[in-house]
Amino acid sequence: MSDDIKPRIRVPATAKKGELVEIKTLITHPMESGQRRDSEGKLVPRLIVNRLDVTYNGKPVLAATLEPAISANPYMAFFVRVEESGTLNFTWTDDNKQTWTAEAKIQVS
Amino acid sequence: MSNHHRPTIGRRRALVRAGGFGLAAILGAVAAREASATPESARDWLSALAKGEFKEGKVTIRAPEIAENGNAVPVTVSVDSEMTDGSYVKAIYVAADGNPNPGVAAFEFTPASGKAEVQLRIRMAQTQKVVAVAHMNDGSLFTASREVKVTIGGCGG
Repeated sequence: MSDDIKPRIRVPATAKKGELVEIKTLITHPMESGQRRDSEGKLVPRLIVNRLDVTYNGKPVLAATLEPAISANPYMAFFVRVEESGTLNFTWTDDNKQTWTAEAKIQVS
Repeated sequence: MSNHHRPTIGRRRALVRAGGFGLAAILGAVAAREASATPESARDWLSALAKGEFKEGKVTIRAPEIAENGNAVPVTVSVDSEMTDGSYVKAIYVAADGNPNPGVAAFEFTPASGKAEVQLRIRMAQTQKVVAVAHMNDGSLFTASREVKVTIGGCGG
């Protein structure tokens, strides 16, 4: 199952110093809420991505803690103000402590 | 005499029976309430994360008035803040008062975020209110709420 889980990010490659850049993220994940029943009427155990951490040049810019009320394939978009060129690092963590990462570079002029 | 008693007993039985129905109705209502969050439980969830008085203002929630598909309702929460080292939004907490559980998400920001805004997609089991609380770096708390009418609920029940 975990083979299907892929993080996707959209980050502008370049920006001006001090610019607010919009970051879009999505991870393909069923976000099993723990509320759903299977065909035999048994509750399907909860398994969600419960955390997204984002840093820019190692400094935190967003930390999201997610509950089962977040939709499948959780999409989040937010902003980062960039003062110098650097790297955005993304880490998603699920209930089994499995993690997925992504990174993107921004060239600041 | 015995004729006198019968209606009394009958009335007592009727009262007991009515009492039983009443209790069943109350238990039913409690069970129904436990199956879903309420404005109170949403507030409790938010208060556990952000202790203090919630003031109206600064927070804006953008969401569709009517969501046809409750599986993924796009919601944007933004907070009016300059996001400098001296004055910034530490966190935004989001709850919904009509899902099985009230919590939706918590987002922590830093001055490097530049803007206190996040877009997310929420599952909504039924028509309900989204409530957001902004936790400012000086400890003050601001809140806003917005009702979303849901045509087809999305909690996979």
